[in-house]
Amino acid sequence: MGLLSRRATCNTHGQDSSYFQGWQEYKKNPYNEVNNPNGIIQMGLAENQLCLDLLEPWLMKNPDALGLKRDGISIFKELALFQDYNGFPAFKRALVDFMGEIRGNKVSFDPNHVVLTAGATSANETLMFCLADQGDAFLLPTPYYPGFDRDLRWRTGVEIVPIHCTSSNGFKVTLPAIEQAYRQAQKRKLRVKGVLITNPSNPLGTTMARDELYLLINFIEDKQIHLISDEIYAGTVFTSPSFVSVMEVLKDRNLDQTQVWERVHIVYSLSKDLGLPGFRVGAIYSNDPVVVSAAIKMSSFGLVSSQTQYLLSAMLFDKKFTKEYMSENHKRLQKQQKDLVSGLEKAGIRCLDSNAGLFCWVDMRHLLKSNTFEAEMELWQKIVYHVKINISPGSSCHCIEPGWFRVCFANMLESTLKLAIQRLKSFVSSIAMKSQSHQELKSLRRKARNNWVSRLSLQSFYDREQDTTTEVSFSYRPHFMSLSNIAATLDAAA
Amino acid sequence: MGLLSRKVTCNSHGQDSSYFLGWQEYEKNPYDEVKNPKGIIQMGLAENQLCFDLLESWLAKNPDAVSFKREEQSIFKELALFQDYHGLPAFKKALVDFMAEIRGNKVSFDTDHLVLTAGATSANETLMFCLAEKGDAILLPTPYYPGFDRDLKWRTGAEIVPIQCSSSNGFQITESALEAAYQEAQRKNLRVKGVLVTNPSNPLGTTMSRNELDLLVNFVTDKEIHLISDEIYSGTVFSSPAFVSIMEVLKDRKLENTQVWERVHVVYSLSKDLGLPGFRVGAIYSNDPIVVAAATKMSSFGLVSSQTQYLLSAMLSDKKFTKEYISKNHKRLQKRQNKLVSGLEKAGISCLESNAGLFCWVDMRHLLSSNTFEAEMELWKRIVYDVKLNISPGSSCHCTEPGWFRVCFANMSEDTLKLAMQRLKSFVSSITIDNQTHQDLKNMRKKNRTKWVFRLSFQSFHDREQGER
Repeated sequence: MGLLSRRATCNTHGQDSSYFQGWQEYKKNPYNEVNNPNGIIQMGLAENQLCLDLLEPWLMKNPDALGLKRDGISIFKELALFQDYNGFPAFKRALVDFMGEIRGNKVSFDPNHVVLTAGATSANETLMFCLADQGDAFLLPTPYYPGFDRDLRWRTGVEIVPIHCTSSNGFKVTLPAIEQAYRQAQKRKLRVKGVLITNPSNPLGTTMARDELYLLINFIEDKQIHLISDEIYAGTVFTSPSFVSVMEVLKDRNLDQTQVWERVHIVYSLSKDLGLPGFRVGAIYSNDPVVVSAAIKMSSFGLVSSQTQYLLSAMLFDKKFTKEYMSENHKRLQKQQKDLVSGLEKAGIRCLDSNAGLFCWVDMRHLLKSNTFEAEMELWQKIVYHVKINISPGSSCHCIEPGWFRVCFANMLESTLKLAIQRLKSFVSSIAMKSQSHQELKSLRRKARNNWVSRLSLQSFYDREQDTTTEVSFSYRPHFMSLSNIAATLDAAA
Repeated sequence: MGLLSRKVTCNSHGQDSSYFLGWQEYEKNPYDEVKNPKGIIQMGLAENQLCFDLLESWLAKNPDAVSFKREEQSIFKELALFQDYHGLPAFKKALVDFMAEIRGNKVSFDTDHLVLTAGATSANETLMFCLAEKGDAILLPTPYYPGFDRDLKWRTGAEIVPIQCSSSNGFQITESALEAAYQEAQRKNLRVKGVLVTNPSNPLGTTMSRNELDLLVNFVTDKEIHLISDEIYSGTVFSSPAFVSIMEVLKDRKLENTQVWERVHVVYSLSKDLGLPGFRVGAIYSNDPIVVAAATKMSSFGLVSSQTQYLLSAMLSDKKFTKEYISKNHKRLQKRQNKLVSGLEKAGISCLESNAGLFCWVDMRHLLSSNTFEAEMELWKRIVYDVKLNISPGSSCHCTEPGWFRVCFANMSEDTLKLAMQRLKSFVSSITIDNQTHQDLKNMRKKNRTKWVFRLSFQSFHDREQGER
């Protein structure tokens, strides 16, 4: 009879995807060093747990911030009553300073352009409500964060059209790919309202190059559309190249105060950099006063707790602390990422070269039975249920090439990471041993790498168009192989 | 060129209404006992500031609750990482116990049916997203909280159709008013998905009678639609009749596990009872597992800070404290309301008899220059700019009779309330001195009250149909 809304009964929330299913499997059998050493190790959750020990001593030294006091005097009443959607001024001030600091102070932000929201999840949805209507579309480079399917589309009615990126150039955004996506949207009779990028990228763990950013700005200028840059991982850039925010590029090109300036919006959050997802602190930054004004009103539906705004305003104001924290954060992220990368290498598995984020984009194509998403799912299930590691399959991130996985490294102890790598190593060895035509495949593969052009079969949970290589005009490193239907071999070469 | 969405460029956010304009005026010239004694006194904000001393002393005795400790062990990491949209189990348990306590433990609530949201604002919008869409309508008795125009309609696309209530019976809901609203929706080609009531009522300050609740249950059963009961003020019932929740009525009529059971949803929040609007704590309670599942996912867009969930789970688990708090809260609200009512009486102004809420529904019809909404606006402007009191005009609450105002009493000190009453008394006296036919009017008013039928002219900021009696 349709008593509930279509939103409540459809599955646009996307939670039937493997991204969430792996999570559920983990919850049924979670690894614990003491209580459940054979459980599933969670490597599908992009959390930053490496620096919480730095936050705790700060809290102990600053009891007023927690105790809802200012100079020893209780401000409980003031905070309890503070529900102004314009946000706690001291917190907004401290937040924009922190955002500036993360960007090496190459750009500065105006607190009047900030809208506080309950996490980036809320910020992204709110921006959609401000910039697009039902029947409009946003272009997103693939692979992208699975949560976007829900956050950008579910209640807003907006569509996502993918900008397909491939391993041939390290998954960078190219002009033909963007234009192809734009045409695709038009074919589907969707009005393109903008492009949304995550920079640094989730799941790639890479920062966008300046030329990618130029490309994007030129594109949105030309099409007169919006650009949303989700910079939630901005503080996790642990090695060069250093982070270049889209704001920096606009400034360098003297585009402040032009029309495009007002069409570029940033999303931020303290969930990844500070490791505080539970506190629900996100922000929209926009140079368009109409957007800021509308988003502020909409933020009523997801305000940040004043208790939390107060705590974090105190913490972020402590510039000595934030400087130390960011430096240590980068060091630890870099070390843990290195441990993962080298561990995977020893298992014969390579990653995309990355300099940011809380995860690596891991190449397991050589472990697939066939170059298909079914084979990817099969491999994924083996890894979750047998190897007992929860990782995120590329298909859940809308990657168009089967065999890529996102593997998180910042949400566990070094010892757990070691164990996970051991398990993977054993698994890969066991595959190799099972394969009878091991040597044959090895030779085949070398040939393939030099000669073959892969035919991509794009079967997955989501509708996708078939790509034809003739349409793309960029230089294309002849790359990968099309594997026949026999067991994959072990790549012995590091 | 249409670069932004229609939602942004329209004004369904409703913030052009007088409700918000009065607020803005206050912010330009706020009363302060010391710094700005001639400023505008804020009586348009339904906040409960009467019991902070109780909360503060609890905090002083329970430092672990704010310092991320449990039995002296740090749980900071656990809370920092906790973003599970199912909510902190200890908090949900404490919250359902508190909700039951407020209802005299005549009903109990199951934590599995509870969805935490960033305030009731978020809860109401989320419920709308779950139950209705563009082309659907929800029926609301008037007068109602002005924020609903934004919360229920703006981003959801749903429409509100008013159930018109009048002073003739103390603004209670009647069957004919319900039917009239339903037909009105159909005339507008809107599919009615449900009824939303606020009980205790904002702005009336009254609890719904069992008759009204029975009427509503019958109506939603008959039409096979939803009933949302926003019970955000349930802890502010300071005198009889005692609060009767819709859940209690369903239980008493043995309607649990029937179809209508799954179509009744309750909204709650700690913003009014505990006076903590800044902490953003709201909840949806539903017996429909599909609604709970969908709303839980949607709560991702407005989760409650884990820091706050922890603090309040500790506070609400302290049953000795909550019992004392609820009792003192009632006493202080009652005392303050009495002061407002008697102060108004001395100024020759009567109120709707009320037993709950943080405000009174005040009858200033006799002060209007004519029985119109223009006259109401005129009077309102004088009260804001000349008398320097910000109160909410009935038209902003969609009241169909001009001359009613919502006046809040729980967000100020006793002295400030006294001052407000003095200002009002002077104002009323000055009107009568100005008025040459003062005695005439006095006599006329007495006659009116007993004999005349009002002709209501509905001019206001919002479109309204002419009502019939």
